[in-house]
Amino acid sequence: MQSYRIKKINFTDVFMWVVGAALLLLIVVGSFLTLQEEKYTAVQWFDLAVFGLAQGSVYALIALGYTLVYGILRMINFAHSEIFMSGAFIGYFAASSMQKSGFMQENPLLGILITFFVAMTTSTVLAVLLERIAYRPLRGAPRLVPLITAIGASFFLQYVFRGLFGTHNRAYPEIEIIKGTVPISGDFQIQKIQIVVILAAALMMALLVLFVQYTKTGKAMRAVSEDKAVAALMGIDVDKIIVNTFALGAALAGAAGVLYCFMFRIVTFYMGFIPGIKAFTAAVLGGIGNPAGAMLGGLFLGIFESLGPTLFLDGLGIPAPYQLKDVIAFTMLVMVLIFRPTGILGERLSKTKA
Amino acid sequence: MSLLSIENIHTYYGNIHALKGISLHIEKGEIVTLIGGNGAGKTTTLRTISGLLTPREGTIRLNGEDLSKYKAHEVVYKGISMVPEGRGVFARLTVTENLEMGAYSRKDTAEINRNMERVFSLFPRLKERRTQVSGTLSGGEQQMLATGRALMANPSVLLMDEPSMGLAPVLVELIFDIIQQINKEGTTILLVEQNALMALGIASRGYVMQTGQIVLSDTAEKLKADPTVQKAYLGME
Ligand SMILES: Nc1ncnc2c1ncn2[C@@H]1O[C@H](COP(=O)(O)OP(=O)(O)OP(=O)(O)O)[C@@H](O)[C@H]1O
Ligand SMILES: [Mg+2]
Repeated sequence: MQSYRIKKINFTDVFMWVVGAALLLLIVVGSFLTLQEEKYTAVQWFDLAVFGLAQGSVYALIALGYTLVYGILRMINFAHSEIFMSGAFIGYFAASSMQKSGFMQENPLLGILITFFVAMTTSTVLAVLLERIAYRPLRGAPRLVPLITAIGASFFLQYVFRGLFGTHNRAYPEIEIIKGTVPISGDFQIQKIQIVVILAAALMMALLVLFVQYTKTGKAMRAVSEDKAVAALMGIDVDKIIVNTFALGAALAGAAGVLYCFMFRIVTFYMGFIPGIKAFTAAVLGGIGNPAGAMLGGLFLGIFESLGPTLFLDGLGIPAPYQLKDVIAFTMLVMVLIFRPTGILGERLSKTKA
Repeated sequence: MSLLSIENIHTYYGNIHALKGISLHIEKGEIVTLIGGNGAGKTTTLRTISGLLTPREGTIRLNGEDLSKYKAHEVVYKGISMVPEGRGVFARLTVTENLEMGAYSRKDTAEINRNMERVFSLFPRLKERRTQVSGTLSGGEQQMLATGRALMANPSVLLMDEPSMGLAPVLVELIFDIIQQINKEGTTILLVEQNALMALGIASRGYVMQTGQIVLSDTAEKLKADPTVQKAYLGME
């Protein structure tokens, strides 16, 4: 037993553990020094945390799309980031035309709901088409094939939007009722937009959980994700359930697109890439295939990315640490893949068959 | 007219010719058993009947209706349900949820509730465990669940693939008692078994399969007395 274990440890393992330990040490020492300096006030930390929670909510919504599809097809839908972008983009046209016509100013609530509806519908329709045209014919092919197709579809959608609408950045309309801040107590306050993002995302995630847990279709989705042949023996139309899964993930991505635009107020054809890959990171972090994990992973990544750079790096004297937030996020992805490839809640998945 | 009749079925896995012209028929109210050694094609026969595999040749008729145009999930609506080999319970779903999936093809809530009560009275153990995640059930309990789940569809024909596999003798007895009871209540049963002695004990007729073909078919009594069957499947010399 003992000798067996010693034999299994090789140079790469040792090296990776050293790197991991060094990073951990860096985080601990950095955080300690930053906090000791007392350069940042409690209000600043609070703002960063709330921002992190809001951006994490968006990641979580997108991550659910990756994880639901993976759960059912064991396939990573790399075009999901473009499903998100498409919803955001077409939603932008709805929002900005309502803004120009004055409709948004008069009926802000209705205007926002219409924006969501347009974005979610766009994403859903595209995802369903994508499944039908690009993925379904390849079901049963080796796993690399749909993966490559997904990457191809991702580029296809990006270049379609680029071709149709150009490469310039578009400024998202500023919606009056979600501007400004809400005071909490003393100097603490929260931006209205962040409240909207966090609450809207929480509501949708709650609805998703209820749907998957308690509806007939939701239960069938879980059954199909375990065993397609046995699910068919129950009378479940597996193809229909797969389409529903794509549609559900896409609707959440469309909604995430609107929320993302509310926060960052910029629309471009490549806007899906970074949030998409972050959400993918979040899904892997939580344990891909596991919806609770995707939500947890999204929130964690959002907060980690928001607080991390300042907390870990500022005290070490690194200038403009916030520029390094993406580096931090992707370092975490690599670390998770090396040390815990199943993610936080991934035990259950590792047991299921591919 | 037979309830289920299969004529000259040929099923392939890629180039592997797994079923080489299978014909069999089952009358309403019967228990018919299909016995044979490993790899004979018993599971393939059941998977072909249930629509999971499409035969390259031959016809499957239920009450005279050709089933070949239906997909697996549609065959359930026609009245055939299956207890798959290895049970195939949804491990992460609870006992109740598994049973609900069995009733997926049913719309009438009152009927579903009645079926659920019936399953719970056949298998009181399942009632005790109804909120438990199925992956944590014992093998015997999983077999009960798979059987109960198939009954939730209210089938006219129940296909059972090796229900005794991996069970202790007491549990095998219990499952076989239940099979007889289900049959008495009106469900026709096609029972695939390696445990030929027990299967022939409750069946009225049997078919013996070997390498994708049916080599013998007779009443259960005569098969039990047949020297080749005794030698090959009943472990007698
Ligand atoms: N998915 C598959 N792909 C290729 N060949 C298969 C597949 N499934 C079964 N076979 C082959 O088809 C033949 C019949 O298999 P089948 O599973 O029907 O046998 P069986 O009678 O159920 O055996 P057992 O008693 O061991 O369950 C075997 O030779 C088997 O190797
Ligand atoms: Mg078999």
